[in-house]
Amino acid sequence: MLRFLIRRTLAAAVILMIISAVTFLLFYAIPADPARLACGKVCPPETLAQARHNLGIDKPLMVQFVSWVVAIFVGRDYEGLGHCPAPCLGYSFVNRQPVFDTIIDRLPATLALTVGAAVIFLLFGVATGVIAALRQGKALDKIASVSSLIGASVQIYFVGTLLMYFFVYQLHVFAQPKYIPITEDPVGWFSGLLLPWIVLAIIFTANYTRMTRSTMVETLSEDYVRTARAKGMSGASVVLRFALRGTLTPIVTIFGVDLGTLIGGAIITETTFGLQGLGRLSLNAVNNSDLPLLMAVVLVAAAAIVVMNVVVDALYAVIDPRVRLS
Amino acid sequence: MTTPTSTAPAVDATSVTETQEAVGRSPGQLMWLRFRRDRTGVISAIIVIFFFLVAILAPVIAAVYGKNPYTLYGQDIPGLLNDYGYPVAPNGGISSEYWFGLEPSLGRDVFTQLVYGIRTSLGIAVVATIIMTVLGIVIGIVAGYAGGKTDYFVGRVIDLTLSFPQTLFIIAFMPVVDSILVASNEEPPVWLRAVSLTIMLTAFGWAGLARLLRGQVLSLRTREFVEAAKVTGASPARIVFKELLPNLWTPILIQSTLLLPAMVTAEAGLSFLGVGMGELVPDWGRMFLRATQVYRNDITYLIFPGVALLVFVVAFNLLGDSIRDAFDPKIKR
Repeated sequence: MLRFLIRRTLAAAVILMIISAVTFLLFYAIPADPARLACGKVCPPETLAQARHNLGIDKPLMVQFVSWVVAIFVGRDYEGLGHCPAPCLGYSFVNRQPVFDTIIDRLPATLALTVGAAVIFLLFGVATGVIAALRQGKALDKIASVSSLIGASVQIYFVGTLLMYFFVYQLHVFAQPKYIPITEDPVGWFSGLLLPWIVLAIIFTANYTRMTRSTMVETLSEDYVRTARAKGMSGASVVLRFALRGTLTPIVTIFGVDLGTLIGGAIITETTFGLQGLGRLSLNAVNNSDLPLLMAVVLVAAAAIVVMNVVVDALYAVIDPRVRLS
Repeated sequence: MTTPTSTAPAVDATSVTETQEAVGRSPGQLMWLRFRRDRTGVISAIIVIFFFLVAILAPVIAAVYGKNPYTLYGQDIPGLLNDYGYPVAPNGGISSEYWFGLEPSLGRDVFTQLVYGIRTSLGIAVVATIIMTVLGIVIGIVAGYAGGKTDYFVGRVIDLTLSFPQTLFIIAFMPVVDSILVASNEEPPVWLRAVSLTIMLTAFGWAGLARLLRGQVLSLRTREFVEAAKVTGASPARIVFKELLPNLWTPILIQSTLLLPAMVTAEAGLSFLGVGMGELVPDWGRMFLRATQVYRNDITYLIFPGVALLVFVVAFNLLGDSIRDAFDPKIKR
């Protein structure tokens, strides 16, 4: 088990390195010169050279990349900006703030959005899936399958905006979506995120309903379930102890993928609702050609996906002992 | 599997098998027979075909309707837009003259914009889907059939591709693709944006299909009929095209019917984020970008493209399900 985990973690680290390197390389193909941006409209050549030097982009590409990687682990000294302590992702080209601090500052909004929505769509999706499987072919099953189909086809920027129009601005049922830290105002935190959560849940629930229903239908027709029933086990405990357990593996897989993707890239959701999380931050980084910030958000987004993959693999090994042997 | 509660296609399948004994039918004909009996499938197919016809016939529709998506009607003709740039007539300016109303501030005709927008988005999505399907097929089969080091290498590349934060990456590197394709700093031409969008969508879209086909080929290549072909001295090309591919068409078709609506919505999402087609080209996704800026005063401009997109994606997903049922009535849903 331990060896399995170590191997998967090493593979994940390699993938992260490659993604960072690709991002770094590609960014240098962008025609915009970050030093010119940092230097301003009227820019004499000496100041430009100085700006290049301060930003550390006058060195060869390989050297820059290596010092970027090293800085994450040991920190780095910047001329004119001072020392940047250990998890150092550099200073923003635009506002000269340490990128790591900016990320930490924005992360809670994205995490609150993602985790809150994930709790809703996981519970709701699995519950409707179980009900649909137990009531196969009945009205409830059909309603669940039709609504999950429509839910899966819906776009955040359409439904989110539509719901905002009706429920926020016309009927005043929901508060205007915004992120308030839970420590400041728990009620405001909840009401500010409620609508984004609901919209994300509408879209993501579908997948869980369908997946739970189909695996559950399959498991319920297994011999061991029939045996359990024949031995007089009650309906509820058959569902909980056997049928639900069978759905665990596929659900864990899609949940891991969804969570990773959302943490790293709820760009469209955050744009639709005007939430200031990592997604908006990455759009800013792109628009300002802010390499250190862009590198950092790509790294965080990729790390979220890769780490979730490792977690899923580890959970597999816990759920299904056969996985550990392979 | 065949329980009393089994779905309609399974029942159809048995009746089809009975007719098959009387008249010989090819698998394609059988599939068509099963598909024709699936009412949801037929209706969704009609809707999907309707959207494609709209896209293909956009110039004809615009000519009959008598407007184009480029003229700023609201600015040229006084009395259509108010001082704030919003349509004077209720519901976004819907009238017998402008069926779907007018675009706020620019005053373009929404109906033709949507028709041409569907043309742009579907065009990009279809091209991207075809290219990534071909790529997925080639890479998947090569990896699965060659095995060994090739397979390992391709497998890692697929893992890597799937680990990329895709939306973020596409937004970040659209300018890069643009600058590689045009040397100068001038505004890239319209067709080039379409090319960059297609390239970026394709770059991340092939991996899923390739992974799926690799797995299928791995299990197929040890089957008796492939072994038999090898023993009789069939060339690798013959094995791939005559033995493997015919067994792969079902997953390929199912996957590409899933990919196409995904590409339409991905293109729309990118346009919504501001990295899609430029202002001069009518585009489905960019209508959302504009609509989300003005929706508090003019919700109509959001509803037409939104409902059209929803209907299209739902119909296409239903069609995909029906095709899967028609190909393989045994599959559980």
